[in-house]
Amino acid sequence: MFKQKNYLALGAVFVVAVLILSLPTSATSRLKLVVSSWFLPLFGLADAAQQLPADLANTTLPRSELLQQITSLRRENQQLQAAQLQTAALTRENDQLRTLFGWQKQAPWKLTLARVVTRDPANWWRTVQIDRGTRDGIAVNMPVLTADGLVGRISSVNFTRAQVVLIGDPNCRVSARVDSSTHDIGILTASGPLDPSLVDLSYLTGGANLKSGQIVTTSGLGGVFPPGIPIGKIVDSQIVEYGLATEARVKLNANPGALEQVWVLTNPQLPL
Amino acid sequence: MNVFQTILILVFAFLAVFAETAFPAPRLWLGAQIDLLPALMIFAALNSNITTVGLLAVFGGLWFDSQSANPLGITILPLMAVGFPIFLQRDLILRGLPFAQFVLGAVASVLVPTLTILLLLNGGTQPLVGWGSLWQWIVMTVGGAVATPVIFEVFGWCDRALGYQPRSETSFRADREIRRGSNKLEK
Repeated sequence: MFKQKNYLALGAVFVVAVLILSLPTSATSRLKLVVSSWFLPLFGLADAAQQLPADLANTTLPRSELLQQITSLRRENQQLQAAQLQTAALTRENDQLRTLFGWQKQAPWKLTLARVVTRDPANWWRTVQIDRGTRDGIAVNMPVLTADGLVGRISSVNFTRAQVVLIGDPNCRVSARVDSSTHDIGILTASGPLDPSLVDLSYLTGGANLKSGQIVTTSGLGGVFPPGIPIGKIVDSQIVEYGLATEARVKLNANPGALEQVWVLTNPQLPL
Repeated sequence: MNVFQTILILVFAFLAVFAETAFPAPRLWLGAQIDLLPALMIFAALNSNITTVGLLAVFGGLWFDSQSANPLGITILPLMAVGFPIFLQRDLILRGLPFAQFVLGAVASVLVPTLTILLLLNGGTQPLVGWGSLWQWIVMTVGGAVATPVIFEVFGWCDRALGYQPRSETSFRADREIRRGSNKLEK
């Protein structure tokens, strides 16, 4: 009788697991949302606890230092305004040229700032969750970047939060272009589980002209990432597949292991 | 062994999953996040009933997967696969010894991620696995092994501080007391 109860419990757990695993994707994502929402109060508390030292430090900051910061920020603001004027002139010129050639006009990027709230507890995925969701206009496959460069794309989204799959995860493949004389194009894939800032650039042609330090940007191919977003730099390369292809290691500009704030590109304009 | 202990184990599992997602320090310093659920499963299997083991497998797995890119529910089976055999054989295990707890924690911390990855590969998903995973396995094994005796100690303290204490029994029984000089036969 005692043993029978144990095996009944084992069977019940097995049935529950199989039932959950065999649910349709939409039901699973809804259930995942419900279960993950249980953690929201704890995340609120953790945010408040993390914010507390910063608030305390702000209250004790001397007035002279604050004035110095204001002066430096004003100077930086003037420089940025001047740069913006120059950029606006270049944009106008670019638009006129695109009209002359009959090309599609490029819309300015709309960026939504988001904070990284959690990281994947499993060591075999590279994902983070951000505090923006569908209520903020976030949708699946939107590119996610920092000031340093591309970090990934939105893989799933709910009302208040979204999951970002980072470059280096097997589920995030990016078509990338090397800033070389031949403009070689390859696919960024996962490198290894230990160093998140190193990824592999595969499927390059055998005669690719790669050197250490060359800049890698998005190519715009693949229908997810717009062209020209910086990704990283070539570290080294090797010939593979009996000389038919080249593979390179790329050091990412943005360190995925130390992300705190990211930008979501909510109007990625892709080349036709 | 009571409902209070079951609730305490589930609360601990919930907090452990939260800590793993919100505090990435082990991953930054050691290259891998330490999972506390296998160590907790060892404690539940050695000290609790089968219902608690099952509840921990289901809820711990669901909480872990909800914060991860894992398919929801995939961690339930590895947790139960580790907890159930230990529960069945627990009378043969010297569960009070910290060394036994350490070894069981290490074994569970190896088995749970290995079984999860095997299930993922079997389901057609491609997790990030390579030679670097060996280092992650070592970190998770050592971390889980060290955490297991600590969890036993924490729960022991909680049990002493908050749980019911066993009543001290004496061999004295009032109904069987022999009263000297008062057991005269009635006439």
